[in-house]
Amino acid sequence: MDQLVIAGRTFASRLIVGTGKYPSHAIMKAAHEASGADMVTVAVRRVDISRKTESLLDYIDTAKIFLLPNTAACYTAEDAIRTARLGREAGMSNWVKLEVIGDEQTLFPDNEGLLEATRVLVKEGFIVLPYTNDDPVMCRKLAEAGAAAVMPLGAPIGSGLGIQNPNNIRIIREQAKVPVIVDAGVGTASDAAVAMELGADGVLMNTAIAGATDPVSMARAMKLAVEAGRLAYLAGRIPRKSYATASSPLQGVVGS
Amino acid sequence: MTIKLNGDPHDIPQPLSVSALLVTLAIDARRVAVEHNLAVVKKAAYDTSIVRDGDEVEIVNFVGGG
Repeated sequence: MDQLVIAGRTFASRLIVGTGKYPSHAIMKAAHEASGADMVTVAVRRVDISRKTESLLDYIDTAKIFLLPNTAACYTAEDAIRTARLGREAGMSNWVKLEVIGDEQTLFPDNEGLLEATRVLVKEGFIVLPYTNDDPVMCRKLAEAGAAAVMPLGAPIGSGLGIQNPNNIRIIREQAKVPVIVDAGVGTASDAAVAMELGADGVLMNTAIAGATDPVSMARAMKLAVEAGRLAYLAGRIPRKSYATASSPLQGVVGS
Repeated sequence: MTIKLNGDPHDIPQPLSVSALLVTLAIDARRVAVEHNLAVVKKAAYDTSIVRDGDEVEIVNFVGGG
């Protein structure tokens, strides 16, 4: 069976989905089921002391779905490390989707901070999955620093632009000794399929599903796209050529 | 006495354990993480970690994110 394995843990699905920006918790839950994902990302934020809000965890079956806390909106290694430690205590697992953001407009990663935070957290026993640029050299450095997987972006977070640099994703997959998860930038199902056809071991997305007009249908579309893309990658596509090659026999044509 | 709770001033009648503070705030201890003066408090230490005047406390939980 072709399964995603990260740091010795096996996942049934190669699709990892977020928990943010859904129209409601109920729709999120239905979308999660439709996606088939068995790992979802969550953010770590201050509890609202003044008013009682519904808990996100009431809508996630944690017996079936593994929680991956992120360090979203952290702009320094220090803040990301602090958030990761809190996420570990809240979730009782040592996994973290590590984000150290370097720019507010693009949400591109701060590579220096990311590498520094990866080193510190790996030393503290974390399973670190860093969100990074689509840069093969950076991905290699993160893997060497002990990252359990690398998560290059396909395009800016929430942009829906699709895989902007397919060749880099392919190179990252060819060179990386750890799983490669394309994280961010997916807009629709074909984008997820492209990521998988390039050889990615998985795809992580939030807005593409949560922001769709019908998130539950889009979640199912993404599930099928990830499966189709993976199968196509394993099947081995034909080489690209500029000119036609006939599919039907050239002999026995009527009137010849 | 006043502590800084999630960035804002918060009055407490006397020094409180983290457990007692969570009870007064009606927060389910199983679903949060607590930082006391910048150090994460392990759940096993909630009864013995005492929050005093001027201390900084952060209480976080999981919310939707990508």
